Amino acid sequence: MSVDIYKINPEFRDIMPKEILDLEDNATWEGEKRGINDLTDKKEILEEHSLCAGCPEAAALRYILASLPTPSETVIVNSTGCTSLMFPHIALHTVHSLFGNQNAVASGIKRVLDWRFPDKTKDVVVLAGDGATIDIGLDYTLQSFFRQEKITTICFDNEVYANTGGQESGSTPKGQVFKMAPKGKVFDKVPMWELAVTSGVQYSVKLTASAPKSVAKVVREAILIARELGPTYIHLYTPCILEIGLDANEGLWEMKEQDKDRFVSFKYVSPEAEEYLKNCKKEGIL
Amino acid sequence: MSIKNMTKEKNWSGQTMVSADHLLFEAPREKHFMTGSEVLKEAMKRCTVDASVSYPITPQSEAAHLIGELWAEGYVGTYFRGENEFGVMSSVAGCAMAGARTVTTTSGPGTLRAMENFPMWSGTRIPCQLVLMARGINSPLTIQPDNLEVSFLLETGCMIWYAENVQELFDMSIAAFIVAEMPDVHVPIITAVDGFFVSHTRESVMLPADDIALFPYNPYKAPLPPIDSEMPPGRFLRDPFVMKSNYISYATHASWQWEVRSAADRSRPYAKHFLKGLVHVTGDLDAEIVFVACGTASHQAKEANRELTKMGIKSKVVKLRTIRPFPHAELLEETKSAKYIFVPEFNIVGWLDKEVTQTLYGKSEAKIIGRPRVAGGMSMPVEAILKEVLENVKKGA
Repeated sequence: MSVDIYKINPEFRDIMPKEILDLEDNATWEGEKRGINDLTDKKEILEEHSLCAGCPEAAALRYILASLPTPSETVIVNSTGCTSLMFPHIALHTVHSLFGNQNAVASGIKRVLDWRFPDKTKDVVVLAGDGATIDIGLDYTLQSFFRQEKITTICFDNEVYANTGGQESGSTPKGQVFKMAPKGKVFDKVPMWELAVTSGVQYSVKLTASAPKSVAKVVREAILIARELGPTYIHLYTPCILEIGLDANEGLWEMKEQDKDRFVSFKYVSPEAEEYLKNCKKEGIL
Repeated sequence: MSIKNMTKEKNWSGQTMVSADHLLFEAPREKHFMTGSEVLKEAMKRCTVDASVSYPITPQSEAAHLIGELWAEGYVGTYFRGENEFGVMSSVAGCAMAGARTVTTTSGPGTLRAMENFPMWSGTRIPCQLVLMARGINSPLTIQPDNLEVSFLLETGCMIWYAENVQELFDMSIAAFIVAEMPDVHVPIITAVDGFFVSHTRESVMLPADDIALFPYNPYKAPLPPIDSEMPPGRFLRDPFVMKSNYISYATHASWQWEVRSAADRSRPYAKHFLKGLVHVTGDLDAEIVFVACGTASHQAKEANRELTKMGIKSKVVKLRTIRPFPHAELLEETKSAKYIFVPEFNIVGWLDKEVTQTLYGKSEAKIIGRPRVAGGMSMPVEAILKEVLENVKKGA
């Protein structure tokens, strides 16, 4: 449809909370120039979130929403965990159904949107944590890659089950002591960004959310590639400052540290995607 | 094939679109000879189905690939094989949320693997259809017919209908979409049959021509907006209920659970119309011996009724077509004359016996006998039913 479906019925404007009016009046819904530069003076497509103060995941979510190429035609699929606390605040069509099934749900949605709207471009973006993407949902994540589903999967990797109180996940680094790993984790961090490549994605990037412009760039590239070619994957470090004992203002510092360590940049672009991105640049889409 | 081929009169595969009443009751029918799996293909061919997701498991595999053939032939909009039943039922949810008339099939262990999805389906108010071809779920491995799995589905919030034979499967699986998609119902529907006994048995069946089909599903009549970015989103919340431990949160969850069940309850008048009654009664209407059964057990009960008639003993069979919602009023009415109620079942736990007992508790003087019960793939010979009847009636006399 268009941005019109997100507008408030004029007759209800006088009873709507101010922040909802702000959402309509000041959010960056459409336009070629929309992007993270808007974050300084516009409202994202997001109402007040309920994550912890200083949570890097909350910042990353804002960067992602500001970078969607066409928010009014984007469906967001979430999973259980800290992400399930954010999704109801996103002012787009969002789905939460179960823990770990996000890529299976997204596959169904994308296939049907392609069937029902053959002349439109509708983006389906999965936002889920590392537990949902790599542990309980690994089968569904990888199988959607095998099937070449045209969806973008973004994993918020905080290296822990944070929302349930700090348990070890497959994404936790080896040796780290967390609940359920009281003697320290005994196996290596699962290299999901590499598994994604082996499983057939067109684009796989590992990075931290330390540099907003880098996040914005990969989100836009990943969604554009998914539209045309097939699955794309973004592995984003958004540390749980609570579980690793940092203060609310230390998330950025932690991400910058990890830019040089576990989250040193990884980028895979398939030859077809490389070609496609070049064309996008030529046409001014990127 | 494209949805763009659809006109006001014809669907995307060129079939003339007709009302459910016309398709089910008015269109002339011809006799065919086919299995339950084959007849399901014929039913889906006439349903203007948007989407189907499949996974192989005996005994439903053939039905699932025949629906795939419908996709290849241009009748079904989109179709793929999922990774396992949990993934399939999640993809089915995605398809239905995005506004598709969606069907899938499964059996036994597949049902249990997918289990977490079913209450999610009903809570999401999607009107998708699962055709369940019941199979045993015990260890050691079995693929035999046994409907124990239905007991696990009773409290998922989904509607459950039970077809006795190939003909009923055809008619029910068409009516299922229509009833599930009613705006005041709009909950998922499980159409169950006994695996092998129905899925693999070839029977005579009367079918309307295949150049007519149902009108497509209109997701914009749904009580919740479809997830397609075409209308205002309905799930934007300032205070997500998941985070709150307060009265509003509890009340929201509680009232939604009530509403899901009330929605299924509101299907009764529609089901009554399209199924010609929630129950079907045969035999002597004032008999003191009453069989209450569903699926192929009701077929065996009807055989027993014929044998008892030969012996000069009156009996009647109340076949339940809907299990959820349960036909309480109909069952009370049809067992008024009963002194003995027998509940023959193809499972070890007697889930239907429990339903019947609960419904009639304090309202009937009849002795309820939850037998015979057969399990693990055993057949239910008429002699087993007759033995139960004769022994109990003799004791009673």
